[in-house]
Amino acid sequence: MTRAPAQPTLLSATLGHPESVRGFARSDWESLVWQSRAAELMAQLHSRLSDSGVLDQAPEAARRHLGLASTIATRHASAVRHELRGLQEALQPLGVPVLLLKGAAYAAMSHPAAMGRIFNDIDLMVPKAALPQVEERLHWAGWFPALTTAYDERYYREWMHEIPPLEHKNRGTVLDVHHTILPPTSGIRPDPADLFAQSTALAGEWSFFRVLAPTDMVIHSACHLFFGEFHKGLRDLFDLDALLSDFSRQPGFWRALVERARQLQLGLPVLDALQQCQRVYNTTVPESVGDELSRCAASSWPRSWRAWLFDHALRPAHASAFGRSTRLAHGAIFVRSHWLRMPLPLLVRHVSHKLFVAD
Amino acid sequence: MRCGSFNVCLRSGLPQIAAGITQLYRDFAVLDPADTYVDFEVEVRAPNAMRRHLRPQALLLCDGRIPFKPLPLAQAMPMLEWGLNWVISSHAHDCLVLHAAVVERGGRALVLAADPGSGKSTLCAALVHGGWRLLSDELTLVSLADGTVHPIARPISLKNASIEVVRGLEPDIVLSEVCHDTAKGSVAHMRPPRASVLAMDQRARPAMLVFPRYGAGAALDSRAEGRAHALLELTRHAFNASVLAGEGFDALCRFVEGVHAHRISYASFDQVIPEIDRLWREIE
Repeated sequence: MTRAPAQPTLLSATLGHPESVRGFARSDWESLVWQSRAAELMAQLHSRLSDSGVLDQAPEAARRHLGLASTIATRHASAVRHELRGLQEALQPLGVPVLLLKGAAYAAMSHPAAMGRIFNDIDLMVPKAALPQVEERLHWAGWFPALTTAYDERYYREWMHEIPPLEHKNRGTVLDVHHTILPPTSGIRPDPADLFAQSTALAGEWSFFRVLAPTDMVIHSACHLFFGEFHKGLRDLFDLDALLSDFSRQPGFWRALVERARQLQLGLPVLDALQQCQRVYNTTVPESVGDELSRCAASSWPRSWRAWLFDHALRPAHASAFGRSTRLAHGAIFVRSHWLRMPLPLLVRHVSHKLFVAD
Repeated sequence: MRCGSFNVCLRSGLPQIAAGITQLYRDFAVLDPADTYVDFEVEVRAPNAMRRHLRPQALLLCDGRIPFKPLPLAQAMPMLEWGLNWVISSHAHDCLVLHAAVVERGGRALVLAADPGSGKSTLCAALVHGGWRLLSDELTLVSLADGTVHPIARPISLKNASIEVVRGLEPDIVLSEVCHDTAKGSVAHMRPPRASVLAMDQRARPAMLVFPRYGAGAALDSRAEGRAHALLELTRHAFNASVLAGEGFDALCRFVEGVHAHRISYASFDQVIPEIDRLWREIE
């Protein structure tokens, strides 16, 4: 089926301007439901439509899907809280700082970015020196490595910023334990001790856990998206939009973000993140921030290529938004993400292994 | 086409699918896309051009998602059936989705819950042949709102020896071509009776729950099951209990409280069907 993508921006435009659903035909609603499911943004769409008082515009069948997505998201939220309580019980005796990353952090902070989010895994970060004890405590709590080959084991242990994913033996939930925020092989190595030093302890129920400082949280989220693949690109960008909209109310946030990005040599992914948030979700970003970041964000790729790539890769993975060009863009992003993560000799090794040895 | 409580738009250029649909879904209405809300788009096709000649395969897509790995082309129709089951069991979260067969008589439903290989679908086929209305041989959809069972009335899936057993019930029974060497062994599907398909909008209230167990040469063993045991066992057969969490548990409790639960071991239809009829008369 290679039809031209008919409505590439239907989902993002509706999230940005929920009132636009007035006058939608039934086929628009069908596409909207499919696109939001593919992008894992259906519960977020439900709450946007409901907050804007336009949910009743939807045909009953579409409302049913949206409502169910919201129920499932509520269930995910309570499952994550349950897992966090278990992790606290397992790790508290060690006395090492435990940082929550991404979705788990948003959930523990009750941040708007957590609302409606579907959790595929829980990410946490601990000091590298504490990894053996942490892994042992997690084993006793039922977390075991999902089956990995010797190569995968080495890939994670030597080259990546996290250990092989752990899976809970009864519940099947997946835990990613990180020791820093970027693969060391990418050549950019933020000092984890610095990230821990800047982090903040949560208040109340989750006071055992820490989360990254607001600037670092945005930078990590931007790196995760723009160093990685774009399978959940629209969702990750939606998270970023929620983070930026909230943090930018703190005085001095933008200046601190630029400063921190420059210090960590991560100006480019942050600039990409801000520009794409503006383009897709109309996020408010002061003009001066973009200008300042441009000065410390050099890319070897021509600006027009990058714009095309992000435009096509940041679409819901559904035929109504997705065409041959989108697949091409995803292919290019996949190559790019590996290029950014590894030096060339290592990349050649990794690719040869995946092509000729692994099945 | 209707698929449980959803409408599915099916697309395929494969002759196996065209033949299977014509044969097994003969009595299903073809809905007009112009005035039907399409819940899911399902497509079965060859994975890519190269594969068309060398070890041809079939791939199933639902709204662009690929729930299973591609299978040999000969298994395209069973794959579509499994795919449609997946569509229902992973999205119908306004229902408790039980891995159980369900048939109806007099507006009341008999639910057969058992592990694979216990003869659930075979018994379901025999009951349907004996005049019960088919709601489903695989998925019992219990509405969270009112506890009624939503009919699906799709083909009955038969495996290995049960294919010939069902074929022997009556020459008029229409079975698809047998597909050998699938993940579940040899598989064939039985066309649902026309009356069951036409009554797809009539829900039924659960009245009896049976845990059947076929064993070659077994003597008939039939005993009432307590509610606590029935609840525990049924929890294992609930596909979406983890998604529904507390709400699902409450629905399971209400379901078990509303039915008579029974456990029956048997070796032949001649033993089990009169026994079910007897129990059914008792609760009527």
